[in-house]
Amino acid sequence: MDIGLLAQYIMNGLMVGMMYALVAVGFTLFFGVLDVIQFAHGDVLTVGAFAALMTFAGLHAAGLGSGSILVIAMVVVSVFTMAGLGMVIGRYMVLPLRTAPALNTLLITLMLGTVLRESVRLFYPQGANPKPFPALLPASSISIGNFNLRLDNAMMLAAGVLVIAGVELLLNRTKLGLAIRAVAQDEETARTMGINFRAIVLIAFAVGSALAAIAGVMNGFYYNEINFGMGLYLGVVGFAAAIIGGLGSIYGAILGGFLFAALQTIGTVALPFGSAYKDVFAFAVVIILMAWRPTGLVREKISERV
Amino acid sequence: MYRTLKAATALLAAVWFLAVVPAEAKDKVKVGFIGPLTGGVSANGLGGRNSADLAVRLRNADLKAKYQYELVVLDDECKPNVAVQAATKMAADREIVAAATHYCSSTAIATVDVYHKFGLPVVVWGAVLPDITYRNRYPEIHRVNGTMINQNDTNAELLTKLGYKTFAVIHDTTDYGKGHNEYFSAALAKRGGKVLGTFGVGADQQDFTAELTQIKALNPEVIYFGGLTPIGVRIRAQMDKLGIKAVFDGTSGIVSDAYIQGLGPLAEGTLAFREGAPTDKLPGGKFFMGKYAAQKYDNAPEAYGAFAYAAMELILDSIEKVGPDRRKVIDDMARVKDRDSIIGKITFDDHGQNTVSLITKYVVQDGKWVVWEDSEYAAGKRKLPRQK
Repeated sequence: MDIGLLAQYIMNGLMVGMMYALVAVGFTLFFGVLDVIQFAHGDVLTVGAFAALMTFAGLHAAGLGSGSILVIAMVVVSVFTMAGLGMVIGRYMVLPLRTAPALNTLLITLMLGTVLRESVRLFYPQGANPKPFPALLPASSISIGNFNLRLDNAMMLAAGVLVIAGVELLLNRTKLGLAIRAVAQDEETARTMGINFRAIVLIAFAVGSALAAIAGVMNGFYYNEINFGMGLYLGVVGFAAAIIGGLGSIYGAILGGFLFAALQTIGTVALPFGSAYKDVFAFAVVIILMAWRPTGLVREKISERV
Repeated sequence: MYRTLKAATALLAAVWFLAVVPAEAKDKVKVGFIGPLTGGVSANGLGGRNSADLAVRLRNADLKAKYQYELVVLDDECKPNVAVQAATKMAADREIVAAATHYCSSTAIATVDVYHKFGLPVVVWGAVLPDITYRNRYPEIHRVNGTMINQNDTNAELLTKLGYKTFAVIHDTTDYGKGHNEYFSAALAKRGGKVLGTFGVGADQQDFTAELTQIKALNPEVIYFGGLTPIGVRIRAQMDKLGIKAVFDGTSGIVSDAYIQGLGPLAEGTLAFREGAPTDKLPGGKFFMGKYAAQKYDNAPEAYGAFAYAAMELILDSIEKVGPDRRKVIDDMARVKDRDSIIGKITFDDHGQNTVSLITKYVVQDGKWVVWEDSEYAAGKRKLPRQK
C-alpha cells in the first residue's frame, strides 16, 4: 500500500474518530458525574446540527454575514441551544430519577431520544429527506500523490483537537473542573465540602451537550449533509467507544473514539468484503475488548472503603 | 290516537327519505396504495400516492363510473419488515379489492408471498427487481414498470460505446442493490468492460470515505452506483471531497428531484437510466401533468408518479368491468393485452410483467435530468469526466 493511500486512510479515520470521540466524551461526562447513561445524547447531536442549519437558513435569507461569520454564528447558536437542552434534560429527566434504578434513566432518555428524532422528522420542513448542509469552510486542497488533503478537513481536525484540549483544561485546571471531578468521585463528600451539587450536575450536562452540538456541526461540514437519523448511529458508536475506553474517564473516551474509527478503517481495508461488514468487524472487536477489560481500557482508579 | 299519529309520522318520514335520496346510490369500493411515505425516498412515495389519489378522484368525478372509490393508503417506509406488516393489514381487509404497491424493490419482493396468501391482486408501480414478478408464478402480482435487466443492459451499452473501459461498482446490500450489481456486471462483461472492484454498502450508511479511498487507489474511469437517492447523494458528495474524478453512473434509483436538490452543482454530469420515458414524453404525459397540477398537491409526481397513476387506472378499469371481487379482478388482469394507458399500451406476460422495453437514458445538465439524446453531452458540446 503506498504512502499516499495510507495517509488518506489515516486522515479519514482521524476525522471520523474525532466525531466519535466528541460524542464519547459527552457520555463519559454524564456517567462520571451522575452514574447515568444519557441515551438521548446522539439525538441532541442531531438537534444541534439542525439548529445550526436553521441559523444558516435564517441568516442567509436575511442576507446577513458571510463565510466565517456564518460559521461562527452557527456554532455559537448550536452550542448554546444544546447546552440549554442538556440542562433541561438534566434538570427535569435525570436529576429527579437519581434515586431510581439506573435502568429507568437509561430508558427515559432513550425514549426522549426517539421523541427528539421524530420531532425533527415531523416538524422540520420535509424532515424525512436528507438536507444539504452549506459548505462554508474553504474547500481548497493539496494533492500529494494519492493523498488529498483538504483545508476544511484540516481546520475541523484542528478545531476538534482544540475543543478536546479545552475540555481537558476545564476539568483539570479550573475550580469548576475540580468541582466536577469531586462530584464524580464522591457526591456526599463533595456536598459536605460546600459544592453546589445541582449546579455542577447541570453544568456537566451543558458541557456534554455542547460537545454533541459541536460534533453535529462538524458532521454537517464534513459530509455536507445532515438527516434526522444521524444521531442514532453516532450515539450507539459514541456509547460503545466510551465503554471500551472506560466510562468515567475522558482520556478513555477519546481513546475509544479513535480506536473505533481505526477498527472500521481496518475492517474496510483488510477484509475481503470489507465495506459491507466493517461495522460487524468493529463491534465484534468491541465485544472482545469488553470481555477482556470489562471496566475499559483505561484503568479505573477507585478505592472503596470497606 | 297517538299511536296512529306516531305511525303516520314514521310512514311519512320514510316516504320522504326514500324520495329525497337519489335513486341510485353508488356502492363504495375500497382500493389500496402502499409506498414509502416517510424516510429517505419519501419524495417518490408521496408522488406515487398523489398520482394514485388523482386517478381515484378523476374516476369518482366521472358520472359513468359504476362505483364510488375510496383510496386506503399505507406506508411501507422502504423497509421490508414494515412493508410485510402493511401488506398483511391491507390484504387481510376483505373490503380492499386491489392495490397499487411499492416503490422500493426490497419491500416489493418481501411482500409477494403475503399478497399471494390472501389473494389480493396488486400492481407494482415502481420496484424494478426482476424477481418480484419472475421468481414465482403468482397470479396476484403484476407490474406496470419495467425491470432492471433492460436498464442495466442499456447502461453498459452506452458506457462502453462512449469508450469507458474500467469500472468500480458500489451497490447497497438490499435485494435492489444486489440485483443491479448482478445484472450490470453481467451486461458489462458481455461487452468487454472491466470491473476493478465491487463494494457493498448499507442502505443508510453515512460515511463512504473508506470505500472511496480504496476506489481512488484502483482509479476507475466510471463509478457505477446501484442504490437509491439518499446514499447516492452522499457518495457523490464524498467522491468530490476525496478528489476522485470519474463518471458517476447510476440507475433509476437516483432519477429524482431530491438527488439534484441534495447535490446542487455537483450533480452535473451524472448518468442514469430508467424504464419508460420522461413524463411529458409519455403518450398521456401532458394530460397527467395537467390534471396533477390542478389538484395542487404538496409534492411533485417524481419519476414514477405516472406509473402509479397507470397502475391505479388499470385497477379501477378492472373493477368497473368485473365488479369488486378479488378473484374476478385477478382473472381479468391475467388477460391484460394492449390496454391503453398514459404510459402507453400495457401487456402483461404470463408472469404479470408489463413487457415495456423502452429505456430512457438521462444525464444531469444544468440542474435538471435531461434525456441523453437531447443533451449537450451527446452532441459533443460538453464532456463527461475522463471522456476521450
